[in-house]
Amino acid sequence: MREVAIVAFAQSDHLRTTDELSEVDMVMPVLHQVLAQTGLKTSDIGFTCSGSSDYLAGRAFSFTMTLDGVGAWPPISESHVEMDGAWAMYEAWVKLLTGEVDTALVYSYGKSSPGSVRDVLTRQLDPYYVAPLWPDSVALAALQAQALIDAGETDEPALAGIAARSRESASANSHAQVKGSVPQGDYEVQPLRKGDCPPVGDGAVAVILAAGDKARELCERPAWIRGMDHRIEAHSLGVRDLTDSPSTRLAAERAGAFERPVDTAELHAPFTSQEVVLRKALQLADDVTVNPSGGALAANPIMAAGLLRIGEAAARIHRGESDRALAHATSGPCLQQNLVAVLEGDAR
Amino acid sequence: MSSTGHATHKEPVAVVGIGQTKHVAARKDVSIAGLVREAAQRALEDAQLTWADIDAVVIGKAPDFFEGVMMPELYLADALGAVGKPMLRVHTAGSVGGSTALVASNLVASRVHRTVLTLAFEKQSESNAMWGLSLPIPFTQPLLAGAGGFFAPHVRAYMRRTGAPDHVGSLVAYKDRRNALKNPYAHLHEHGITLEKVQSSPMLWDPVRYSETCPSSDGACAMILTDRAGAARSPQPPAWMHGGAMRSEPTMFAGKDFVSPQAGKDCAADVYRQAGIADPRREIDAVEMYVPFSWYEPMWLENLGFADEGGGWKLTESGVTELDGDLPVNMSGGVLSTNPIGASGMIRFAEAALQVRGQAGEHQVDGARKVLGHAYGGGSQFFSMWLVGAQQPTS
Repeated sequence: MREVAIVAFAQSDHLRTTDELSEVDMVMPVLHQVLAQTGLKTSDIGFTCSGSSDYLAGRAFSFTMTLDGVGAWPPISESHVEMDGAWAMYEAWVKLLTGEVDTALVYSYGKSSPGSVRDVLTRQLDPYYVAPLWPDSVALAALQAQALIDAGETDEPALAGIAARSRESASANSHAQVKGSVPQGDYEVQPLRKGDCPPVGDGAVAVILAAGDKARELCERPAWIRGMDHRIEAHSLGVRDLTDSPSTRLAAERAGAFERPVDTAELHAPFTSQEVVLRKALQLADDVTVNPSGGALAANPIMAAGLLRIGEAAARIHRGESDRALAHATSGPCLQQNLVAVLEGDAR
Repeated sequence: MSSTGHATHKEPVAVVGIGQTKHVAARKDVSIAGLVREAAQRALEDAQLTWADIDAVVIGKAPDFFEGVMMPELYLADALGAVGKPMLRVHTAGSVGGSTALVASNLVASRVHRTVLTLAFEKQSESNAMWGLSLPIPFTQPLLAGAGGFFAPHVRAYMRRTGAPDHVGSLVAYKDRRNALKNPYAHLHEHGITLEKVQSSPMLWDPVRYSETCPSSDGACAMILTDRAGAARSPQPPAWMHGGAMRSEPTMFAGKDFVSPQAGKDCAADVYRQAGIADPRREIDAVEMYVPFSWYEPMWLENLGFADEGGGWKLTESGVTELDGDLPVNMSGGVLSTNPIGASGMIRFAEAALQVRGQAGEHQVDGARKVLGHAYGGGSQFFSMWLVGAQQPTS
């Protein structure tokens, strides 16, 4: 397999509202930052891929306008997934593995503030039998949390502990939206309290990938992608064991996550209870540093939060704070679809 | 080519299964899941494979607003046998059907997976595409009454630039609708179509007439892509991918040539380079081209390098692009006869593959060895193309 690495990562500040910014306004500074880190220009990039959702933007073909932020002239080789940016990065990684290009720019963004994201996400459920009932994302996550409690896998104090640890870690993250000591608050949907749920907010993220010597040239300590895989499960919650995540386990296995221990894991777990599921599926030891960025409980820009996890894991390798990290992204209700990437720095 | 010293030899990619639904205005007998499964099962039957043989699924469609389902791949995972497998969802506007196939091909070419199901669909009857595209956004240009309103001025610009006579658009529509009569999957089967009927149809967006406009269709198209080993087991002749590329440019800016966008030229040039094509007019046997409004045939003939600038309409007028012409275009009836938007690009790619496999039935071009599939989207800003051949590529 061709050597491919993440060589640069940038993100916006994640904010509850960004009324004054269009999506292009939000994306452009992040693109400029990530390019500046490498000294590359848009015209130097071999392939560009983005992730976003028309349903958040409230208009069809929303990504066509955001492309203006890239500066796609002269024309560029470019693609888009209607998914979290983690999957855009997967598409770019595969493109690099074909050997056709040596560099790729990947970005994603989401503005949740213009609407009610809990309602919007109901539109991704089975349109004939489930979506008409409008079960919202917090209610579905609460079903999963209650299943875990009933199975004896966690309890409410343990979930509160996950929330507290995440927001405490986020204190060191200048981009995070919710940080420090945050009260657990009242129940949103029992057994999940406000503190068990992600903040609603807006944000953007970008990474640059490069292959082989190009990566070494662009980055002092590239975060090599040792493996990357993603798997999807059945859509209906009624046919899934909500206390487990076989798709995460399989993706991790295919990505080589179990071959050697990791020291860091950035998990895309918007709800505290989902961290319990993911830790089990990924067989994470107690000494693994989980979500040092604060994770999705500190900032959850939808469609960007997964790529954000990969970027945060890569940045720790760039800074020498990790040698082997696992990054995870999720999509769909109750962890339906999961992606795992294994990143490594060169031996020191 | 790679500058990093890595062996860039890619796995050759073969199309071994193709499935389409019969495209119609409204498939009220099936859900979205039922529609996509029908096309996927036909592709599996064509390849004589089962769901268990598929390593990954790559799905595409145009905006989620068309059916009102956000990220429908989540709900469609079960219907497409994707449970426990990787599933990717591509969206590049009107070019998405082509882009989806290219993303799937990269999974095989990179040897990440061996056999991939790729599928694109649109079930336009579940909503109204015109209003799906017309959500009001402040401070941006209103949509000018559907896609036709956007593209008609660029057709006018083409006519003015090249001196093309008024009747060329009608010739294209007359040809494509006759070709559609030979394609059992085509949506519009206008028996008794005449050139006079096309020319007397109502003017919608001058110079584009009603009969020179694509319909709104429900439909899905699926393909099975595989590697050399998979192709060797194929019961039917495979179509081999000789080149594939995507290019994008901004929707609107002062330097944009809406008549012949640079992104389209660059995309075609990349495909020809990969496929070793020096003279497309001579070396390519037929083209499945994304022509939603009739005048885009002569325009794209120039953009794709089949004619010099100003010469596209002359090829069309002289009958070169007829089914029995020297360079047949849209043998299937094209987008003008069948337009499930998200699937339209993949149908072009799949019809190109059918031709080189010799399996296009009544609309088969005799001896088609190299055929181009073409798609575009947005405001002529996204392009995706592939060239397929009857023979495995040598390089």
